[in-house]
Amino acid sequence: MAEATQVGKAGPKKFALINRRAPHGTIYALEALEVVLIAATFDQDVSLVFLDDGVYALAKGQKTTGIEVKNFSPTFRALEDYDINKLYVERESLQKRGIDVDDLLIPVEVLDAKQIGALMAQQDVVLSF
Amino acid sequence: MLHIVNKSPFESSGLESCLRTAQPGAAVLLIEDGVYAATTAAAAQKMRASAQAGDLRWYALAPDIEARGMRGRVAEGIELIDYAGFVDLVTTNNTVQSWL
Repeated sequence: MAEATQVGKAGPKKFALINRRAPHGTIYALEALEVVLIAATFDQDVSLVFLDDGVYALAKGQKTTGIEVKNFSPTFRALEDYDINKLYVERESLQKRGIDVDDLLIPVEVLDAKQIGALMAQQDVVLSF
Repeated sequence: MLHIVNKSPFESSGLESCLRTAQPGAAVLLIEDGVYAATTAAAAQKMRASAQAGDLRWYALAPDIEARGMRGRVAEGIELIDYAGFVDLVTTNNTVQSWL
């Protein structure tokens, strides 16, 4: 409780959520989405970063009925409504997987690896998924 | 900034992605199976050299090195630290990214 009060007084912190895993094989991508919504509810300054297999979470055309899990990918489109506009994707990860920005569900900013590194270094908190 | 890598570089892309994004002057701490990247194995040497190795500070957690019998294979330029040193690294760096 004391810590929560302190955060409130200090104003929003800069959070970056680093997404490095593909969407449906593990729970990480979905958990990251839950966390980003919570952080936004508490008016924190949140950035979402996608690299490695994490870029697959943003792929268009995900249809999960056949594997009987929730398709959470449309939720990314709702992030705007929560004022989450800082979405970054690593160029190298896209290239390695043959994915174009137009193949992604939402508009993102494409950064190269070093720019992603600089972005991480500016954060108060970095969370890995 | 501190980067922590806990997976073998031969099994996981964690170290590779860490080295791609790390900025000059950053610290890289190898723990658990990540310590295999601290060895003189040719592939490990190559990965460390692929970054601006001179600009990064390399650390490995000694208990993990010892546990894996790698004490005699630690490459030059890697500082072995204990758990207290681990805590020091975490507290002296503003930002920490764990490449899980």
